Amino acid sequence: MQDIILSVRNLSLDFRLRTHILHAVRDVSFDLRRGKTLCLVGESGSGKSVTARALMRIIDKPGRLVSGQILLDGPGGVVDIAGLPERGREILALRGGRIGLVFQEPMSSLSPVHTIGSQIVEAIRQHRKLSKKDARLRAADLLRQVEIPDPERMLDRYTFEFSGGMRQRAMIAMALACDPDILIADEPTTALDVTTQAEILDLIRRLQQERGMAMLLITHDMGVVAEIADEVAVMRYGRIVESGPVDSIFHASSHPYTRQLLDATVRLESGAAARSPAATSVFEAKAVEPVISVRGLSKTYGSIGKIFGFGGGSSGGLKAVDNVDFDLYPGENLGIVGESGSGKTTIGRLLLRITEPTSGSIAYRAPEGRSVDVTGLNKTELRAYHRDVRLIFQDPFASLNPRMTVRQIIADPLLVSGQMSDRQAGERVAELLRLVGLDPLAMERYPHAFSGGQRQRIGIARALALEPRVIIADEATSALDVSIRSQILDLLLSIQQRLGLSFIFISHDISVVRYFCDRVAVMHKGRIVETGDAETICTNPSEPYTRRLISSVPNPDPRNKRMLHRMRLQET
Amino acid sequence: MLAGNRPLVSSLASAETGPAVSPLKPGASIASDAAAGQWTLIRHRFFRNKVAAFAGCIILLLYLIGAFAEFLAPGLPNASRPQYTFAPPQRISFFAPGADGGREFLPHVKGYRIEIEPQALRRTFVIDENKVIPIGFFVDGPAYRLWGLIPMTTHLMGPLDSREPMYLLGSDRLGRDLLSRLIYGTRISMSIGLAGVAISLTLGIVFGAISGFYGGWVDTVIQRVIEIVSAMPTIPLWLGLAAAIPLTWSPLSVYFVVTLIVSLLGWTGLAREVRGRFFALRGEDFVTAARLDGSRERRIIFRHILPSLTSHILAVVTLAVPTMIVAETSLSFLGVGLKPPVVSWGVLLQDAQNVRSVATAPWLLIWPSLAVVTAVLSFNFFGDGLRDAADPYDS
Repeated sequence: MQDIILSVRNLSLDFRLRTHILHAVRDVSFDLRRGKTLCLVGESGSGKSVTARALMRIIDKPGRLVSGQILLDGPGGVVDIAGLPERGREILALRGGRIGLVFQEPMSSLSPVHTIGSQIVEAIRQHRKLSKKDARLRAADLLRQVEIPDPERMLDRYTFEFSGGMRQRAMIAMALACDPDILIADEPTTALDVTTQAEILDLIRRLQQERGMAMLLITHDMGVVAEIADEVAVMRYGRIVESGPVDSIFHASSHPYTRQLLDATVRLESGAAARSPAATSVFEAKAVEPVISVRGLSKTYGSIGKIFGFGGGSSGGLKAVDNVDFDLYPGENLGIVGESGSGKTTIGRLLLRITEPTSGSIAYRAPEGRSVDVTGLNKTELRAYHRDVRLIFQDPFASLNPRMTVRQIIADPLLVSGQMSDRQAGERVAELLRLVGLDPLAMERYPHAFSGGQRQRIGIARALALEPRVIIADEATSALDVSIRSQILDLLLSIQQRLGLSFIFISHDISVVRYFCDRVAVMHKGRIVETGDAETICTNPSEPYTRRLISSVPNPDPRNKRMLHRMRLQET
Repeated sequence: MLAGNRPLVSSLASAETGPAVSPLKPGASIASDAAAGQWTLIRHRFFRNKVAAFAGCIILLLYLIGAFAEFLAPGLPNASRPQYTFAPPQRISFFAPGADGGREFLPHVKGYRIEIEPQALRRTFVIDENKVIPIGFFVDGPAYRLWGLIPMTTHLMGPLDSREPMYLLGSDRLGRDLLSRLIYGTRISMSIGLAGVAISLTLGIVFGAISGFYGGWVDTVIQRVIEIVSAMPTIPLWLGLAAAIPLTWSPLSVYFVVTLIVSLLGWTGLAREVRGRFFALRGEDFVTAARLDGSRERRIIFRHILPSLTSHILAVVTLAVPTMIVAETSLSFLGVGLKPPVVSWGVLLQDAQNVRSVATAPWLLIWPSLAVVTAVLSFNFFGDGLRDAADPYDS
């Protein structure tokens, strides 16, 4: 066919590790067509990123291209990229010249010590014989194309002066610097907020169609796929298990894994069946006293007035959390959603006093019925409070001490509180591991032997060890793959029903919150803009900010692309 | 990496349950790190660095030489023989002309004969190809006490007749065997730094940990103290202290005391290192988790933070030892460190201070310098390897 520009045939990549050889990519074949987008979908470790890197021959050691062809159609005939020497002149001309690449992390893929302009100019002059002045003009033009306002001035700015979305735009401008035929975007929006994600995807789509480029988009998010793809290839354990046009993948998939991936995504969209529907009305009636009641909670960072002892302390500084009120009822799941920087994580830390609040009160109703003000607790009392209110961390890798075995990690709170002997603790650990769906035999292993989802289960077991009453889950599922994510959420729901816990679920992911929570508080710039029943917030929000947020969430159905008619709201 | 483990969570309904892996060699089984603790992982990582592993072997060898110096040395370090001053190094030969005119197997060195330089009328020793001095292993030689305790006369190698000269690396201006002196010097030079490092280590960890864990004004005070201490010039201090110590003390104990005092000033680097690590670790999620688990500060420090540091500390210590060795060498060379009759590499180099001895006996400069360079390089490579392997959890 005429319009095929790049064709990958039977590509295989091996990683030679210390203990074994990992066949990261096995027998992968696909085609990229001019003006079309192929989405490579898969969960972490499926080999999708390394496949994309192989197209530019930038696989990290100890990775090795074992077999296969990467045929690139060009003016001088077809070239097999797989056969080119890795440091040869031909491959250098291809990188950035005919194939552009956009990375996931806009912060680490731009140099912090050079201006945006000089980085783009360098990318242009690498492949084109242009004078510095002409290259600069072209760079400004590129920034205009990626919708960065005032491009001439922005050329002289540094990376840290740009927001995440702006950086990703600059990165795209750099990838497009030499009018490549192919754009590879490796999870280009994963590090961004939903509203920014929607804008960037819009931009990429528009640029691609204007220029008639072929695009390879790598993502784990079925919603993004539905919004942007023409064709889809689903990868798992290094193989493409299914590929085809986007509509047939979403509506007539044949492979069980594709269906399972879709189910996991769609299920999150539709709210939890596992949740008891009657529960919500109980909170509405306010028949019970709240477990935690927050009034006027504020946290100000770097207030100049405070340091120098004048000005009342409210003059300067960043208000991370601004006068927040909410109640958590027993047995309830309260969701706190917001974009990055909205202060939602700070609330979680303030509740546990990992960070000290600037003002406001946190009233905790202890089991015996008396109410304690958490902000006034001393060290010993705080330890008792920490036994009742536990935290599940976001990062399942950093939150487990890599130098301790699973048993030591989970038993630590038990031994510290002095409740149990070593042997009793061992039995309790086994019981907890069974509760979170792990084999008790895993006890003597170290965290590095577990996958992300399994580690998060270990973290949950640690949180449950002291029989808490409230669990604060700070982005507890955002580091996990979709299929694992729904497993963990179902696990948390079943544990909640068995043990009668209350959850404060902090997340940027609206579908997760909708699935898991009874009530939702929406945060924006440190304030709670709207609180209400989860279903209402997600389907019929009243505040304009919430409406914008909800409409930016990609819909995992290519027949109903939500982003195309999403709301745009000017920042105030 | 879940390779080789059986799945712990019931996996998806599919034929494949994990990434495809195969062993390094066909037919071999896949090793699993699942139950391997941090030291096992560090060891695996360290031994992948062949240079560092080799350097580690050299260090071990040097310490073994130091430990068995009396046995390994062919002679005694201070036994002088005025009739063989500045004797050049001899070569070991294995075959000698036999009685029947053929060649027979006889390990030997060649003897010396005296030549008078006609201009300067100076006496020099040259190798006499006709004098055969048979040598062997495990020979009887000068009597010594192993580790100052066990009386022995056996040496690893030496001339069969202990009165014959054997100078494999040459002799110095008093006709003392350089090889024996070098071997005895290894013991002193390799061990003298360790005491100093040990003191620096203790002080560094304690102050670094306090500074890094508590932060705030405690940190400020300790950091200012560190800055003052590290601003003190060490060499004038050494010179002053060496002069202030009573003359009746033995040279070895003088040096020991001076090292102790200097190491009281040398802990600052380590303290800063430990403080930096503490700062980094204090913000880690798993330390926050430990605090929320109800651990008190002492438990957090000793159970969660310090085990994460030990491998780094070990690497820093390894890199501190060569500094001590170089300090000993240079101070002895200047005449303020160790003094004869103590034998160390620095003392040996003292003999090579003047041009005349370097011109007539270059071996006096070459061999001790080579020993210092080898030891310092080995420690540096070993320490670098250890530092790279110290954190096996970053990918």
